[in-house]
Amino acid sequence: MYVAVKGGERAIEASWRMLDKARRGDTRLAELSVGQIREQLRLAVARVMTEGSVYDEELAALAIKQAAGDLVEAIFLLRAYRTTLPRFGYTRAIETEAMQVERRISATFKDVPGGQVLGATYDYTQRLLDFALLAEGHDVDGMPEHQARASVSAPQEEPVPRVVTLLNQEGLIEQETPSPDASEPGDLSREPLSFPASRATRLQNLARGDEGFLLAMGYATQRGYAHTHPFAGEIRFGSVAVEMELDELGFAVEIGDIDITECQMINQFTGNHEVPPTFTQGYGLAFGHSERKAMAMSLVDRALRAEELGETLSSPTQDIEFMLSHSDNVEASGFVQHLKLPHYVDFQAELELVRRLRAQHAARPIDDQAQEEQAA
Amino acid sequence: MNAPDTRQALATHDGAAEGYNFAYLDEQTKRMIRRALLKAVAVPGYQVPFAAREMPLPFGWGTGGIQVTAAIIGRSDTLKVIDQGSDETTNAVNIRRFFARTTGVATTRRTSEATIVQTRHRIPETPLTDKQILVYQVPMPEPLYRLEPRVAEAKKLHALADYGLISVKLYEDIVHHGSIATTYDYPVIVNGRYLSSPSPIPKFDNPKMHMNPALQLFGAGRERCIHAIPPYTPVRSLDFDDHPFEIQRWEHACALCGSRESFLDEMIVDDAGKRMFVCSDSDYCHDRRAQQANDTTEGASA
Repeated sequence: MYVAVKGGERAIEASWRMLDKARRGDTRLAELSVGQIREQLRLAVARVMTEGSVYDEELAALAIKQAAGDLVEAIFLLRAYRTTLPRFGYTRAIETEAMQVERRISATFKDVPGGQVLGATYDYTQRLLDFALLAEGHDVDGMPEHQARASVSAPQEEPVPRVVTLLNQEGLIEQETPSPDASEPGDLSREPLSFPASRATRLQNLARGDEGFLLAMGYATQRGYAHTHPFAGEIRFGSVAVEMELDELGFAVEIGDIDITECQMINQFTGNHEVPPTFTQGYGLAFGHSERKAMAMSLVDRALRAEELGETLSSPTQDIEFMLSHSDNVEASGFVQHLKLPHYVDFQAELELVRRLRAQHAARPIDDQAQEEQAA
Repeated sequence: MNAPDTRQALATHDGAAEGYNFAYLDEQTKRMIRRALLKAVAVPGYQVPFAAREMPLPFGWGTGGIQVTAAIIGRSDTLKVIDQGSDETTNAVNIRRFFARTTGVATTRRTSEATIVQTRHRIPETPLTDKQILVYQVPMPEPLYRLEPRVAEAKKLHALADYGLISVKLYEDIVHHGSIATTYDYPVIVNGRYLSSPSPIPKFDNPKMHMNPALQLFGAGRERCIHAIPPYTPVRSLDFDDHPFEIQRWEHACALCGSRESFLDEMIVDDAGKRMFVCSDSDYCHDRRAQQANDTTEGASA
């Protein structure tokens, strides 16, 4: 009789075993290795690193394997691991202008110094299923794609200047320069989110934010919910050096390279009493190759600057508290799915109330009921 | 005090997880949570923000309560974990197992043996003592969130003790339904000052919070807030003079132990929709049945 509530422990253990089996799938097929995921599912790895907020391709690939490809679950696994890591310190701000560019495009000028570099992209593919990929074991080295990739990753000679910096020569666009007396940016993984939130905090939140959420909200801004007149000023993907100052040495050393995608969106701004009409920026940054995420983030970032720029607040996409409170998929997924937990105590309390209210409803004086019928 | 607690290796307990600090969290994080707890105890009912971590269990599944327990638990503690009043529900089992693995401390199902009781949605029927701490898992710590979802605005209302909104809500309930239609997570005023959420316990349990000898700690992980009710603190459930606060009553007694004082769960036992009512607090029910069995045996042998 008590089956529903007793024996939870054994049931959970059995569920774990079934999960392992389900994850492995048909054992006649070779097991997927973490290395294969890392190399061949690089875009999934990039998303898990970005939203899991740890740059570690191997751990992200492991999380994807363990989560059977459920990326939100993989992000959660990585975040929960990340929490336990000691914090050694903070790196210097990365210099994206010095990026070793693998891809760089601008939608605002036909040609720009440094050129348009297409790199590896799905943008110009025709979305036809490539049935050749169905045939396994025909991976031939030295395919043209491989050569193309090799030539792209060859180090370019000089840093590629930013498009928005070029615009600055006419003073047409606000520049992202550090405020002289600004306080150190907070660390969202170490301090609770509170409001009002500075732009540094907002960008941290958006960088960790769910790609789907940002995509939908960024899309909404394009459809009139806080329209920001965006142009893709520049999107670049490549590797940048990470430098850290070590106390023992007293100077910064390079501790490694990371691949990142950066988007600088150029948006119109009509100006106000003090500022003439000018262009403003929305900013997006993601680990690995994640253009959709970086672009959506930059649209949302710009929409959230409405208050600071004195624009009319008319849409949820401009509401900082609304957007930042609901962007995190680890939080959202947990809370939505907590509805699977037992709620029978609360439900019992509601049952009791509804039964009582229904009894009262049925026992209303006849006059009341007649009046209601007349009114109807 | 921030060095990793490595004594765990010495005090190895069956199944204690290797490679993790005692109670999972690092000592820095525990210290941060303890600071928030101290502030919460000093200002009863006030929501103290804290930097909740991602835990190995999902947000919304008790991460706030788990972090509070992790911050206060020591080697000599005995932990009890309940969900819906029962030690056997899957989430309670999972959390109890988590602490057994990461701390190796003793766990129990008996309310009277526990030094820390972590709970979701209930307060045990067995009265607590001043040697015990009750840790609540809290989904939404803000009692005003249905009326004012913006945290920044709700903060102002708390600062000004401007609780008119909630009174109007309760009044509207009475106009619409003839009585207050809040049955769980029933708002309370703690220590005559802060409007607080008791977490989604049934209002049946609200009177147990008042002047309770045990320390009551509330952890909301996803919402990153902690609040507290220190021992022997007055807790008043909101009501009106002509509509006094009242708790749920059942026409039935528990089908297993016969209690008429406890909160009952309703179960549907066959396809015809036959109902059975049993205590939600499984330890309380078990105790009473053991007591009854004892009495019967003694009676038979006498």
